[in-house]
Amino acid sequence: MSPIGLNHMLILSTALFFIGVYGFLTRRNLVTLLMSIELILNSVNINFLAFNKYLYPEKLDGLFFSLFIIAIAAAEAAVAIAIIINLYRSHQSIDVEDADSLRY
Amino acid sequence: MIDPDLILILLFLPLLSFVINGLFGRKLPGSIAGMLGSVSILISFLLSMSVAYTYFFQVGNISGVYESLVPFQMTWLRFSENFSINIGLLADPISMMMIVVVTFISLMVHIFSLGYMKGEERYETYYSFLSLFTFSMLGLVLASNIFQTYIFWELVGVSSFLLIGYYYQKPSAVAASKKAFIVTRFADLGFLIGILVLSYYSETFEFVTLTERLVPGDSEYSQAASSAGFLGISALTWGLVMIFIGGAGKSAMFPLHIWLPDAMEGPTPVSALIHAATMVVAGVYLVARLFPVFSLACPVALDVVAWTGIGSALFAALIACTQTDIKRVLAYSTMSQIGYMMFALGVSGYGGEQGLGYMAAMFHLFTHAMFKALLFLGAGVIIHYVHSNDLKDMGGLRKVLPITSITFLIGCLAIAGIPPFSGFFSKEEILLASSHSNFGIYIVALITAGLTAFYMFRLYFSIFWSKKIEVNSGHRHEGSFSMLAPLLILAVFAAISGFIPFGSFVTSDGTVLETHFHLEFSILPVSLSVAGIFLAWLLYKNTSSVPGRIADKAGTVYKVIYKKFYIDEVYEFITKKIIFQLIARPAAWFDKTIVDGMVNTAAAATQVFSLSISGFQSGKLQHYAFYFIGGAIGLALLFIYYLS
Amino acid sequence: MDPATIVFYMLSALILGAGILAVTTRKIFRAAIYLLFSLTGIAGLYFWMQYEFIAAVQIIVYVGGIVVLIIFSIFLTHTGGMDMPAALKSRKLFAALAVLSGFLLTVTQITRHSFNISGKVAVESNVRAIGLGMLGTGEGGFALPFEVVSILLLSAMIGCIVIAIKNPSRS
Repeated sequence: MSPIGLNHMLILSTALFFIGVYGFLTRRNLVTLLMSIELILNSVNINFLAFNKYLYPEKLDGLFFSLFIIAIAAAEAAVAIAIIINLYRSHQSIDVEDADSLRY
Repeated sequence: MIDPDLILILLFLPLLSFVINGLFGRKLPGSIAGMLGSVSILISFLLSMSVAYTYFFQVGNISGVYESLVPFQMTWLRFSENFSINIGLLADPISMMMIVVVTFISLMVHIFSLGYMKGEERYETYYSFLSLFTFSMLGLVLASNIFQTYIFWELVGVSSFLLIGYYYQKPSAVAASKKAFIVTRFADLGFLIGILVLSYYSETFEFVTLTERLVPGDSEYSQAASSAGFLGISALTWGLVMIFIGGAGKSAMFPLHIWLPDAMEGPTPVSALIHAATMVVAGVYLVARLFPVFSLACPVALDVVAWTGIGSALFAALIACTQTDIKRVLAYSTMSQIGYMMFALGVSGYGGEQGLGYMAAMFHLFTHAMFKALLFLGAGVIIHYVHSNDLKDMGGLRKVLPITSITFLIGCLAIAGIPPFSGFFSKEEILLASSHSNFGIYIVALITAGLTAFYMFRLYFSIFWSKKIEVNSGHRHEGSFSMLAPLLILAVFAAISGFIPFGSFVTSDGTVLETHFHLEFSILPVSLSVAGIFLAWLLYKNTSSVPGRIADKAGTVYKVIYKKFYIDEVYEFITKKIIFQLIARPAAWFDKTIVDGMVNTAAAATQVFSLSISGFQSGKLQHYAFYFIGGAIGLALLFIYYLS
Repeated sequence: MDPATIVFYMLSALILGAGILAVTTRKIFRAAIYLLFSLTGIAGLYFWMQYEFIAAVQIIVYVGGIVVLIIFSIFLTHTGGMDMPAALKSRKLFAALAVLSGFLLTVTQITRHSFNISGKVAVESNVRAIGLGMLGTGEGGFALPFEVVSILLLSAMIGCIVIAIKNPSRS
C-alpha cells in the first residue's frame, strides 16, 4: 500500500464537497447549479468508498451504497432537468435570480 | 320605622320616567311623554310627603331630638375591613324637607311645561331630562355618605348641562351649557379634594360616622386632622374649605357665579326648577349636612362661608339693579338669596338658641324655593306672551296677564320680606341670627334687603305698569290652564308657608327651637324694604327719564355695575392669556411631540426593523442555501467546542 | 515517492482543478466539459482504489449519461451562446467565507480524529461478488434496496415525462 492514508482521501472529498457548495451558492444559471450538486454527490461517493477500503475492507457495504447513490443521482438529475425545462417554458429564462416569486 | 321601599320607589320613579321618555318618547303620541313625566313626579311627591310625615310625626322624634336614620344601606365597594363605599339612604330633618321641596317644585314645573313646551320638537327629550334631574337631585339629598353625594352632584351637573343646552341650535345656549358645566366641574375638584381629606382623617365616607368622629375635639380623628397642616392651616380646615368651594361652585357664590346668568339660556321652566329652587341650593345643603363639623370642629371654615355668602349677596343685589333682561335679574336675585342662606349658616352656632342661623337658612331655602319658582314661572308666562326677554319690550301687561300680575306681585312681596308673606318670616330669622353674632354682616344684610326690594319692584313695575298698551283680546292669551295652575298653587304657598313652625322640625341639633316674633326688631328691615318699594314705584311706575339720568350721573360706577363688575372679562383674560398660553399650549406640545412621538417612534422602529428582517425571505434559493450552510457550520462549531 | 502516491496526487489535482474551473467559469459549455473531466478523474480515482466496477459504473452513468443530459438541457434552454452573467462580488465573498470556514472545521475534525485502520484482508470486489451481494436475500444482501431503487427510477422517469411534457391543448 502506498502512504496515502484515509486522511488524504477524506481531505480530498471534503475539498470537492466544499467546491460544490461554493458553486451552489454562487452560480446564477440553474444548469450550472445542477453541476455543482453533482460534484457534491460525487464527493460523498468518494467518502463511502474510502471508508469501505480503509475501515471495513472485508465488507462491500460502502460499495453498494455508492452504487445506489449513483443511481439516485441520475434520477434526481433527470427530474431536475425536467423542472428546468418547465421553468424555462414559463419564465423564458433560467436565471436563479428570476425565480423569486415565493418572497415575502 | 321608615319603609325603605317607599324611599327607593320615590327615588327611582323619575329615573324610570327618564329611561322610558328617553328611549321610547318619540314613539309616544302627542303629549303622553309629558303626562308620563308629570304622573311619575306626582307619585314621587305623594310618597315623599308620606315619608316626611312618617319621619317628622311618627318615627323621627326620638326623645325630643330628630335623629338621623339610615333606612337602607348596601356595601358597594369594599376597600378594607372597615373602609368601604356604600350606597345608602339617610333620613334626617333636612333631607326630608328637601325631598318634599324638590318633588313639589318639580311637579309644578312638569305641569307648567305641559303648556309651555307644547308643540316643541324634542318634547319628550325635555321631559326625560327633567326626570333625570329630579332623580339626581333626590339622590343627592338622600345620600347617606359623602361619596354618594359626589356621584349625584355630578349627575345633577350633567342634567343641568343637558337642560341649559336644550336649544342646541343656538350657539349661545351651547356656550352657556359648557360654561356651567366647566365652572361647576372645576369647583368640584375642590369638592373631591375635600372628600379625600375628610375621609382620610375620619376613615369613613358615611355622614353619620364622619360627624361622630370629627366633631368632638378630643377624638383621635379630629386631633390628627387638626394637627396635620399645610401652609399653616390645619388639614381639617383645608378639607372643609375645599368642600365649601365645591358647594360655592354649584351655588353660584362669588367668584364662581359666572355660569348662573348665562344658564338662563335654557327654557324658563328649567330655570325655575334648577337654577332657582333646587340645584343651586345644593351647596347650601352640603354645608348644612356637614354643619356639625363646620361649626364645632372648625369655626374658621364657617367664617369663610359667612363672608362669601354676604359678599355674594351684596354683589348680586347691586348687579340686579342694572340688568334689563328679566331672567338675568331673577338669576342675580337667586344668587343674592343663596348668599343669604350661606351667611345665615355662616353666622350660626350649634344647638339651641345659637342654632338660629341654621334653622333660618333652611327656612329661607324652603320659602325661597316657593317664591322664586313662582317668579320664574311667571316670567315664563310673560316671555311666552311677549316673545322676548327684555324689559323694554314689556310694560303695562297687568291688563292682559291678570293672573300672572297678581301672583308675580305676591312673589315680589314675599322676596322683599313684607309681612305676612313667607319671605318676611325667613328673612327676619336670618337677620336676627346675624345681628346676634356679627354686627358688620348684619348691616350689610340690611342694605342688601333694601336693594332686594328695590330691584324686584323695579322689575314688577317695569313689566306690569310702566307703559300703556291696548288690549286686543283673542290674538294672544295669557296661557293655558296648565301654565296658570302652578302659578296659583305656588302663590298660595309663597303667601302662607311663613306660618309653618319650622323650628319644630329643622334645627341644627334636632331639638325644637322656639321662634318668637320680635316686633321692635322687625321694624327696621320692613321699613327699609318699604322704602325700596317706594323708590321703585317713584322711578318705574310710569315711563320716565329719571332712571336714565340717574344712571348717567352715576357714570363709571353705573357702568361697572352694569357690566357685572367685569368678572367675565377677568376670567377670559386669565384663561386665554395665562392658562392657554402658559399651560395648555406647552402641555399640548408635550402630548403631541413627546408622548405621541414616543408611540409613533416605537411603531416606526418596529416597521423599519420588520422591513429589514423581511429581506431574509427573498425567495432566492441561494440565499436560503447560504443561511442553511452558515447555520450548519455555526451549530457544528457550537456543539463541538462549547457544549461538549 | 512511489508511483501510487504520484498518481494519486495527479488524480486529485485533476479532480479538484476541473471542479474549481467548473464552478467558476462563465462559459456554460466549458463548465459542462470541466465537469466531465472532473468526473472522469473521479473514475480514475476509483480505479486507483481498485474498485473497478464502480469506476466503470461512474463512467457509464455519470459521464455518459448525466453530463450528456446536462448538455442536452443547455441546448433545450437556448443558453449555449452567450456568457453567463457573473454573480455579485458580495455573494462570492460570503460564499467563499462560508465555504472556507466549513472546510477548515471539517479538516480539523478529520485530522484530530484517530481512525483505527483495519488490518483485515480485503474481500474480492469483482463483478461476481458484487452481483451475488446485490441480489442476495440473506445476510448482507441488498435485494430490497435494489428493488426500491428500481421503483425510484421508474417513478423518476414517469415524473420527468409528466413535468417536461408539452401541453397538447396549447395550439
